[in-house]
Formats: sequence, structure tokens, C-alpha cells
Amino acid sequence: MTSVVPPPATAVPARAREVPARRRPRRRGTTTRRLLGVLAVLTALVWVFPVYWMINSAFLPTNRLRTPEPSFLPFGGTLSNFRRVLTDPSFYDAFRVSLAVTGLTLAAAILFAFVAALAISRFRFRGRKSFIVTVLVVQMIPAEGLFISQYQMLDTWQLVNSVVGLSIVYVAAVLPFTIWMLRGFVSGVPIELEEAAMMDGLSRTGAFFRITFPLLAPGLVASGVYGFLQAWNEYTLALVVMTDPAERTLPLWLQGLVEANRATDWGVVMAGAAVITVPVILFFLFVQRRMSSGLVAGAVKG
Amino acid sequence: MSAPPAPATTAPAAPRTPHPATGSSPATPRRRRRPLRSRLGPYLLLVPALVPLAVGLGYPLVRQFVFSFQEYGLAQQFGRPAEWVGLDNYATLLSDPYVWGVIARSIAFCLVNAALTMALGIALAVLMTKVGRGARITLQVGMLLAWGTPVLATMTVWQWLFDSQYGVVNWVLAGPLGMEGQRGHSWLIEPLSFYAVATVIVVWMSVPFVVFTVYAGLLQVPEECMEAAQLDGASSWQRLWGLALPMIKPVLFVVALLQVIWDLRVFTQIHVLQRAGAPTRETHLLGTYIYSLSKEFSMAGAMATIMLVITLVLTTAYIRRMLREEEA
Repeated sequence: MTSVVPPPATAVPARAREVPARRRPRRRGTTTRRLLGVLAVLTALVWVFPVYWMINSAFLPTNRLRTPEPSFLPFGGTLSNFRRVLTDPSFYDAFRVSLAVTGLTLAAAILFAFVAALAISRFRFRGRKSFIVTVLVVQMIPAEGLFISQYQMLDTWQLVNSVVGLSIVYVAAVLPFTIWMLRGFVSGVPIELEEAAMMDGLSRTGAFFRITFPLLAPGLVASGVYGFLQAWNEYTLALVVMTDPAERTLPLWLQGLVEANRATDWGVVMAGAAVITVPVILFFLFVQRRMSSGLVAGAVKG
Repeated sequence: MSAPPAPATTAPAAPRTPHPATGSSPATPRRRRRPLRSRLGPYLLLVPALVPLAVGLGYPLVRQFVFSFQEYGLAQQFGRPAEWVGLDNYATLLSDPYVWGVIARSIAFCLVNAALTMALGIALAVLMTKVGRGARITLQVGMLLAWGTPVLATMTVWQWLFDSQYGVVNWVLAGPLGMEGQRGHSWLIEPLSFYAVATVIVVWMSVPFVVFTVYAGLLQVPEECMEAAQLDGASSWQRLWGLALPMIKPVLFVVALLQVIWDLRVFTQIHVLQRAGAPTRETHLLGTYIYSLSKEFSMAGAMATIMLVITLVLTTAYIRRMLREEEA
């Protein structure tokens, strides 16, 4: 599961052996290394700047945003933009809808993907390969070409503008990748562990829940975060399914805020963007490492 | 190909405890007939996943495909039966030069964006392996911030950065860089400049995923191989091009494929930029064009089917390879 880090121990003797031969080029190496380091930091700044600019502008009053010279630091800033966003009842409505949709999607997707991942990595059965291929191919179907049809379907079932309706299409969208990812984690736990526990007298179910399940916790967390981010940030399907302003999710709410204030007050818009971004980024920083290692594991293991 | 090697320890235990086999160990004659419950087991575990996939993706896909051969518009919404029209919808779409324009623009946009994202992503992942700890962590944090920002928040900030009157981009170009003509320039009016802005945003958003995945892949290349190549006198470039990148080819392949798929179906970025004041008809790509057809279900269905076919054509090589690997 954490097979991403190569074992460093074996490499040590080899490196120690050839240190004398490499001593002179090493010195030139450090200058290049330092230059590359500068390049890396500059690149990082390019990527950070838009995020910084969002936070910076969110603290500035309108009269300091609408000037020929931009203010690069929020000194003498104001909290009034945030106050306006956080006293707006429509924000809380959208927050509630987003929370409900995300919660429902997460619970269903994790549970369903988990049992499916167990089936394909712990059992060999007829149709297993076709299922794996289906999971992979389904990810290629352009959802952006399906939304009209999904809308119609939900419309016939009276599920437009409903949390359940949106969650159904979200679960379908999130499942394939979640199964793929969890399968990598499940195969990462050696079956021998379970078998050893069974020899010691545990039942198969017991062995699974006492031995394998705790080892899978990081994988479950990682795929949970993936599902959370997808459902929380999704825009396209929400735009199509939630046409009633009372049922808007947070991304739709932000788009509404932009369209209402674009011409006059970017400060409030940036405060709105920052409010929906900060929790997500914190969450994301917390578990990102596990996510990409899960993907690589899924791609490498058959 | 992943079947775990049959562990030696289970062999003696197997005859005594005929527990539901994992199937990985060779079936002994005595348990050829497994109880029905355990044979059904894996299928039962798949049902919860299959149901939402069938309802949320499969059914709309089939339904849309069927509609694309029918005359299905507003009248049918109110109960008039749909008529079969064969390939009429496809003929209408594919004889329209505008539709071909949309298709060509989408493919060009997709390939340019995917190529830029891959090139930048691989370069930065390699850079991460070459720099010291501090620089690497700085770069990682920067990438994570960009990656973690919700797409709508990203779109909002970039609209503000490219704002014609008070945006920083115009300020930098007109002020410090002395391009007076850029003062008050509207980036979204001209289709080419519209796509340039969209490309900047899409690449900025997509690169972090490539960087982290490729970097994780590069870390999996065994140290011994690199050391051996170094002892044989390979330069660090040679080791990168000749050894490390070929070794992580499967990862690069998956990532590139995902980029092509994602960039072909790009919707949110284009849609939001269009709403920010761009001429809609001149800037449509496949996703937004289908959205604009939403009142004519059968046309939208036909267009979506065409989009699916384009996706398949662009990704056939990968699918073939994948099927081969799964069979192996």
C-alpha cells in the first residue's frame, strides 16, 4: 500500500563505494542543484500566486481594488467582505445542500466501492476481468455528453432539484475511480496475513475485520477524500440538475455571487471564493499523499 | 497478472480447512465443488456497485443513444410519441460546417492542453527529484494549493486576474512590461485569446496531478538500477531518458490518457468564461455545444454520441493495450 517509497537500505553500500570517483563532479552538481532549486521555488510562486491573490483581494475594500495600481499586500485591510458573505442566508442554504449531497454520495460510494474492490482483489471468478475492464472503460465516457440524458431521466422520476437525484449521478460518477483506487489498497495487504490469522483459529470474516480492515483504513480515508472533493466541487451536473435557486450547491452559489458582483465588487467575490476554498485545501493537504500513491498502486498492480 | 503466488503455508492447511478459497492457490481435487454460497459471494459483492453504475450512467447512455435516432423535441416532452428518423439527426449535424468547426476546435484544444500539461508536469516531477528538500517541499505545497482549490473558486480568481480594467495581468503587461496597448484589454472577446486564457487556466489546474503522480512513479524506480547505470557511465540525462522514464511508462500512459479524456470533455472552464462575457457561438467546444442543444434532446443525444466516438478514437490505442494486459 505504501510501496511508493523504495527501500533505501540496499542502496547505501553502493553509494559509499563510489564516493571517491564522484567527488569532483559533485561540486559542479551543487551549483546546478542550487539553480534548479531557484527554478523550483519560482515555479511554486507562479502556482501559488492566484491562490494568494484570492486571499489578498478578499481582505481589501472596494476602493483599494478599483485603482490603477494593485495592492499586493492586504495591510490595512478589512473583514467587511467576509462579513457580507457570512451574513448572507443564501450561503448557508447552499452549504446545507452541498453537505447533504456530499454526505450521501460519500457514504454510498465508499461502501459500494469497498465491497466491489474486495470482490475483485480477493476472489477469482468468472467475469472478474470484464468487470475490471468495464470499470476502466466507464471512466472514459464523457459525462459532459451525458448530462442532458441524466437530467431527463431524473426528471421522469421527479428527482430534479433533489439531493437524492444529484447524489445518484454523483455516486455513478465517483464509483469507478474509487473502486480502482481501493482495489490497489486491498491488493496491497498480503493475503498471507489473513491466512495466518485463520490458521490461528479466526474465521474468514473475523480475520478480515481484525487483520485486513485496520490496514485498509488509510485507503478508505484517501478514497473518501477523493469522493468528498468530487462531490463538493462539482459544477456541471449541479448546474443541470439543481435549476431551482433554493437548491443550489456551493459552486453554483459562488457563480451566482460572481455574476451579481463582477462589475462592482470583486472583494466580496474573492471572500466568497476563499470561504469555500480554505476548508477544502486544509482537508486536501491532510491526505493528498495517500491519494496519489493509491492511484499509482492501482495503475501498477494488476 | 496480480495473482498472489500461492503461499507455501496454506498448502498443508488446505485439505483440513476447506475455507472458501481465494482461488489463487491451485484447486485441489477435494474442493473443486465449492459451496454455492461462496461461489455467489463475489457477485453479491459487486451488485451494490453495479446498480448505481447502471442507473446513473448505463441507462442514460442507452437512452440517449436511442433518442439520437428519433425525433424527440419539446412536443415529445408533452407526450407525443417519438418518431424514428434513422440517421437524420447525425446527417443534419455532420452536414453543418459549424459542427465540424466545434469538433476541430475541441480536438485542437484537447491536444494542445494535454501536451502542455504532460510536458510541464513531467518536467516539474523530474525537477522535484533533482532539487534539495526545501525547494521540493515549496514546490509541492504550491502545487497542492493549486490542486486543492475548488474549480469554481479557481475560475473566479482567474476572471479577476484577467479583468480588463483592474486585473493584475493587464497591469503587469501595461505597467512594468510597457505594453501600453494592454491597458483595458478584454481577453475574452477574441476566440483565440479566449482559448489562450482557457488554456492557461486548464494547464494551471491540471499540472499538479501530473506532477504528483509522475513523481510518485519516479520514486518507484529501483535505486539499484540507477546506481548500476551510473557505474556504467550513463550521464544523469541518459539515466532519465533511457532508464527512469521508460520504466514508468505505464504511469505516464495512464496519466496522458486521463489528460486527453479530461481536456476533450472540458466544460466548466469554458462555460464560466463564456458567462463572463465572451461570444458564445464562436467559443463553443463539444461540452458547451451539447449543453446549448439541451432543448433538442435528439440532437444533443446525437452530438453526445459523436463526442463518445471521438473519445474512443483518441483513446483506442490505450484501450487495446489495456484489454491485452487484462487478458495476459
